Amino acid sequence: MQKQISIFILFFFYAFNSYSQDTLQEIKVKGNSKSLKKSYSLTANTTILTSKELLKAACCNLAESFETNPSIDVNFSDALTGTKQIRMLGLTSPYLMITEENIPSVRGASQAYGLSFTPGTWVESIQITKGAGSVVNGFESISGQINTELIKPINDIPFFLNFYGSTDSRFELNTHFNKRISDKWSSSLFVHGNTRVAKNDMNDDGFLDNPLAKQINVLNRWQYTNAEKGWVSFINLRYMNDKKQTGELNFDPDTDKGTTNYWGSEINTERYDVSAKLGYVFPDMPYQSIGFQNAFNSHDQDSYFGLNQYNIKQKSYYSNLIFNSIINNTMHKFATGLNFTYDQYDEFVNLNDYSRIDNSAGAFFEYTYDNTNNFSLVLGGRIDSHNRLGTFITPRLHARYNPWDKGVVRFSAGRGKRSANIFAENQQLFASSRTFDILDNNGKIYGLNPEIAWNYGLSFMQGFLIFGKNADVGFDFYRTDFQNQAVVDVMESPQQVLFYNLNGKSFANSLQVEFNYEMAKHFNLRTAYKYYDIETDYLSGTYQRPLQAKHRFFGNLGYETHILEKGKQWKFDYTLNWLGKQQLPNTASNPSKDRLPEFSPSFSIMNAQVTRVFSSTFEMYIGGENIGNYKQEKAILGNEDPFGTTFDTSIIYAPVFGQMYYAGLRFKIK
Amino acid sequence: MKKLIVMLLICVVGFSAQAQEKKNKNAKVEFQVSGNCEMCKKRIEKAAYSVPGVKSATWSTETHKLNLIVNEEKTSALTIKKAIAKVGHDTNEIKATKEDYDALHGCCQYERK
Repeated sequence: MQKQISIFILFFFYAFNSYSQDTLQEIKVKGNSKSLKKSYSLTANTTILTSKELLKAACCNLAESFETNPSIDVNFSDALTGTKQIRMLGLTSPYLMITEENIPSVRGASQAYGLSFTPGTWVESIQITKGAGSVVNGFESISGQINTELIKPINDIPFFLNFYGSTDSRFELNTHFNKRISDKWSSSLFVHGNTRVAKNDMNDDGFLDNPLAKQINVLNRWQYTNAEKGWVSFINLRYMNDKKQTGELNFDPDTDKGTTNYWGSEINTERYDVSAKLGYVFPDMPYQSIGFQNAFNSHDQDSYFGLNQYNIKQKSYYSNLIFNSIINNTMHKFATGLNFTYDQYDEFVNLNDYSRIDNSAGAFFEYTYDNTNNFSLVLGGRIDSHNRLGTFITPRLHARYNPWDKGVVRFSAGRGKRSANIFAENQQLFASSRTFDILDNNGKIYGLNPEIAWNYGLSFMQGFLIFGKNADVGFDFYRTDFQNQAVVDVMESPQQVLFYNLNGKSFANSLQVEFNYEMAKHFNLRTAYKYYDIETDYLSGTYQRPLQAKHRFFGNLGYETHILEKGKQWKFDYTLNWLGKQQLPNTASNPSKDRLPEFSPSFSIMNAQVTRVFSSTFEMYIGGENIGNYKQEKAILGNEDPFGTTFDTSIIYAPVFGQMYYAGLRFKIK
Repeated sequence: MKKLIVMLLICVVGFSAQAQEKKNKNAKVEFQVSGNCEMCKKRIEKAAYSVPGVKSATWSTETHKLNLIVNEEKTSALTIKKAIAKVGHDTNEIKATKEDYDALHGCCQYERK
């Protein structure tokens, strides 16, 4: 297998070399567009990551594309699933609204792995909004919104190829094809495959550090544009199949599944997505438009974790009709419309059937005032009727004021409400000997009540010059107050995870201080210090949220050489993350060998990447993650006896694998 | 619930009906306005917006063109030019007074024709 791959790679290299020599010697002048855009004039606290930023960390999917950005913390993949969870304002992704082209994408059954189902090369840009967010897409967002825009067929290049391989034996292949069918229709076909072929156990605990994996992911997009008449439409068809296998090195699914010979796990997911969007801009009124979005998807996960079975199938339908226009003039804009969501879940936890149907219909109105100078405000509200959450109102407010040049103050406040999919969101806990106990039974969602939270934020950013070079400082503070929360309690006992309605207080405070400086032309520094105070009243007392560092430091250095003839260029990127101590789940009652301290040690992680652009059509990159080779000492508790009472793979506060190096190439036909 | 949907439908239909009525009230108007910089842009656009009937106003610092969408039942190009002249910016038809021109910030003191 490995031999085959290396031959394959060699062949590709050879093919490209000859290609790149053939290309015309053409110099293209490209503007020095910024990779990370922060605006002084947008109302919400939004950062835009362009595709250029995404190239700074070449690997691999959406979950991993935030590593060079301080607003989002990427956690370490647990030994089991190999997926990275993201956090914003200290809250995990269930509390974020994650959308793909404004259609909610990572939700419900896909909560745990959804981000790893969008390959990084498909992404055109990502908008990260801190705080309550807009009401247009729904009521679920609490701490922020992440919207991903995929490459648009009309702007796409005819052919793109990306190959990636790493020392943890992961390989990825991305190919994009694009065709302009007529002056109005364009189509793109994206084909992604990734695989991890070899078993790795760098910490010698008898368990795989990363799952064996196979994913095939195909997206076909169609775009219709008629600028004269004002019509634009997108049709997306997508299929994804992902298989993961992990557990003990000797585990063989054919003979050991469902037995206690060896501990192992398989997670197989199959997904279909169909979505269509239709937009119309009134030709003589460019400020007035109508949009209609419809999306259907089917997400089917079959999995087992040792002797725990977990199967979930979600069929969902989402529809959104939106009308944008003005009141008097473009200083007063509004958006209004309707949403409809339908989710059918077939969910089985061992022998328990949690199947259900959720649906909601809602209407929203959002007013935007912009004095075209130094003040803007977005005030939104929506009313929804949901079969489990009831009928409720969701208000949101964002405001921006520029007190002076290059200074911006922002304020936001809003409410969010959601039903916690406790099993799907916490499925890493199935890979332990913990029993799952739901202590309440009066609520409508697994016996629990809906989660309700208010989020408030204040931020300030000031740009200035140091020795004639651009710099900015930023400061922001956000607070999320839970009125109710589906508390996930791992503080009570190492043999249990408890779920219950919040009784007492739960809040998340986050403070971020940022300093960015362009030290020389093409030489940029980003730094951030982050403080999180995330406290919940558990049954056994008040604790910081487990596996969350109270103090974090982030630094990123990027350097690029000038672009020479044929687009030749070097790019260097270096990222440092320092994490302070983290509260660990309670293991005090375990025998001493399977006991962890109350807090993890602090440590730092370094990533670096070098990209060599040979021409505007061909480039290669090489990089390393966790170059300092920091490894969590004890990643799996009870690894000698995985069917015993102390087994737990879910307590991961640092990398398990240690240092990892990768290389890849990108080839384009323009 | 049902009531709500009906209500919303009425809203949406109401809006689109309004939108159709507006059609002849969305005249595109374009003319040159003298000015230099971003500061001028803000002042010119603000002056244009102060005129009832102006729905959209965008002035380009490069071409010095002001692109407007106006309700011609409520206003005319001349009214808008007067409003712009009042804040110190010349157009082909209406010139600003010397006092208004002199009151402009230094970087906005464009060359007068």
